[in-house]
Amino acid sequence: MAVGTETGADANAETVTASVVGGSGFTGGELLRLLAGHPNVAISEVTSRSKAGKSVGSVHPPLRGSDLRFTEPDDLESVDVLFAATPHGVSMGRIDEFFEVADTVVDLSADFRLESEAQYDEWYDGHEAPEYLETAEYALPEINRDGLEGAELIAGGGCNATATILGLYPLFEHGLLEGGERIVVDVKVGSSEGGAGGGEASSHPERSGVVRPYAPTGHRHEAEIEQFLGTSVAFTCHAVDMVRGASATSHVFPSSPVSKGDLWQAYRGCYEDEPFVRMAAGGSGVYRYPEPKAVAGTNLAEVGFELDPSNERIVVFSAIDNMMKGSAGQAVHAANVALGLAETAGLEFTGLHPVGAP
Amino acid sequence: MTECVECGAEVSLHDDLEVGEIIDCTTCGAELEVVDTEPPVLDRAPELEEDWGE
Repeated sequence: MAVGTETGADANAETVTASVVGGSGFTGGELLRLLAGHPNVAISEVTSRSKAGKSVGSVHPPLRGSDLRFTEPDDLESVDVLFAATPHGVSMGRIDEFFEVADTVVDLSADFRLESEAQYDEWYDGHEAPEYLETAEYALPEINRDGLEGAELIAGGGCNATATILGLYPLFEHGLLEGGERIVVDVKVGSSEGGAGGGEASSHPERSGVVRPYAPTGHRHEAEIEQFLGTSVAFTCHAVDMVRGASATSHVFPSSPVSKGDLWQAYRGCYEDEPFVRMAAGGSGVYRYPEPKAVAGTNLAEVGFELDPSNERIVVFSAIDNMMKGSAGQAVHAANVALGLAETAGLEFTGLHPVGAP
Repeated sequence: MTECVECGAEVSLHDDLEVGEIIDCTTCGAELEVVDTEPPVLDRAPELEEDWGE
């Protein structure tokens, strides 16, 4: 996003009504923060079974002073767009109900990301509403803008998958990789990926200071990456000591030589005009490569690369805020595209500097 | 306008450009040295290696 040139506001666009189902979690809170500042959205309803009756500001500090209160999730109001920020498995069971009250449904869980019931059998615990899978559109405009225009069911991408896909996509789109090449992906993630519920491993004494491998093989997000890039990757995550952020490092071994010029052509070709992707690949200054701190709180992704001629390797870096570009921000961006609103509406924040641990 | 020698993006130049001046590309961040002004020619600027405290 060009600093100072985009307001995102569209004075001629009509106001759409929105509800957030499951609004007490971290991504629900981020959704509410974004929608509350969106120039073309009016929030009608926020549901939470556990927080019903409480003000949203009592759970989400950025919303202190708002008159909005959580309501029971069983009695939904009619709205233009419904955002579901519920745990995996909830939306697939309520999707008919959601469409009874909303023209557009944006689901932030994994329930509609994959294309087939067989994939859900393999990677998740099956699917209750597979008839919707064909119509769902993946929420990442950088790879699916045309599909999102006018979409009725939008499936938010996984945060780790989003970081990985955005990093690797230009290599495939510009033919530098054909599929089948060896790719090893290591993602470092913050604690908010685990949600607001927490467990024994998420308590502060246990989580603080860790560099903890989790799902070292067989991570569910591999399914999305494979689906959209058309190739499999060797994928491992580490939980590290930050609250927000996902930082993917992908080691790529192309089958034929690639130059820095080829790489710049591919990445500029894909992202130079994208409002929410910044490139950082060497350059100058302190922040020479993608860094979660630089995008914390924003809907921006940073992508970059370095070439290692000694072992014919491309190292690709990508960094996002897992709750923004990896979830709530991506959902609002996709809804903007689907509803014909300005793409950057409600998403103008470009980050803080300096800032502490994200 | 001229082209960045690192990433190929257009680099906007101000009017009173001087040889030896260092500018940075707003697309890739590379530091570029002005080696000629009529017409403008840019090259990668030499830089000090940093150890980043490691």
